[in-house]
Amino acid sequence: MEFFAWCMIAAGFGMAIGSFGTGLGQGLAIKSAVEGVARNPGASGKIMTIMLIGLAMIESLAIYVFVVAMIILFANPFTDTVVQLLNK
Amino acid sequence: MIHPFIFLEWLEQQLHLHIGNHVTYTWLVMALLILVAVLVKRSITTIPSGLQNFLEPVVDGIENMIEETMGHKGKAYFPLIATIAFFILTSNLIALIPGFFPPTANLNTNAAIALTVFAMTHIIGVKEHGIGYFKHFCGPVMWLAPVMVPIEMIGHLARPLSLTLRLFGNMYGHEIVLMIFFTLVPFLLPLPMMLMGVMVAFIQTFVFMLLAMIYIAGSLEEAH
Repeated sequence: MEFFAWCMIAAGFGMAIGSFGTGLGQGLAIKSAVEGVARNPGASGKIMTIMLIGLAMIESLAIYVFVVAMIILFANPFTDTVVQLLNK
Repeated sequence: MIHPFIFLEWLEQQLHLHIGNHVTYTWLVMALLILVAVLVKRSITTIPSGLQNFLEPVVDGIENMIEETMGHKGKAYFPLIATIAFFILTSNLIALIPGFFPPTANLNTNAAIALTVFAMTHIIGVKEHGIGYFKHFCGPVMWLAPVMVPIEMIGHLARPLSLTLRLFGNMYGHEIVLMIFFTLVPFLLPLPMMLMGVMVAFIQTFVFMLLAMIYIAGSLEEAH
């Protein structure tokens, strides 16, 4: 049964670490974008689109972690083996 | 973890078919888009009105964006990009209607679109440059080629993977978050998440479209 407990822990901690880095990255991106807009409000439209694309790119890192967490939780390839070993 | 009632799944069960939600809803989105296209095409006029009024700026916007990112040559690939954009946007947005399942919240649909883009970039490259297209993989100088080719290969193979997973993760994650919120506090709390869902739908469509354009533009340009 420990296997499943470790699966939960891995999924939770993985998501936490993944979103930590993503949060830092997105914060930096938004900081620069806001600074840019404050200096030159005329360019806000262009900065906005570029920032959104960049944010989506950075976000995909957290999304990968999320996909891996979902695989660990719901589609774990080792579940059957572990259950078989438990039944022995 | 999706909507508890999906009406096409129910219809499938009544007819004793086993097709899969993402396929039936892909057909639904296709039918919807074809219907709108036929309706607009039938009543096309010089002075736009109604549906044409709405679709003309959208198509115009996509065309301008292609011109900006891909240059003059890119206009030939407008149908591909626009079709992908309309399909993804519609499938993302139907996620917000109860009883609908977004086809983009399934890996298979996304992989199909991403692999189409992946294949198209290389077909366009070979069509445009002939055999010289493979210089793209060799890096700036010829003696660096043994190092650059594996790196470029991995880079190119990562493209469809990242395209697929980004769209899938965003749509599926949003569905799951929405369902968890619904089970915790059904009253008013899921509303901000649904607003975010509209934003995510548009942004992800935009990102997918833009990346497809950048990839095709990359194979259109001359090898350095």
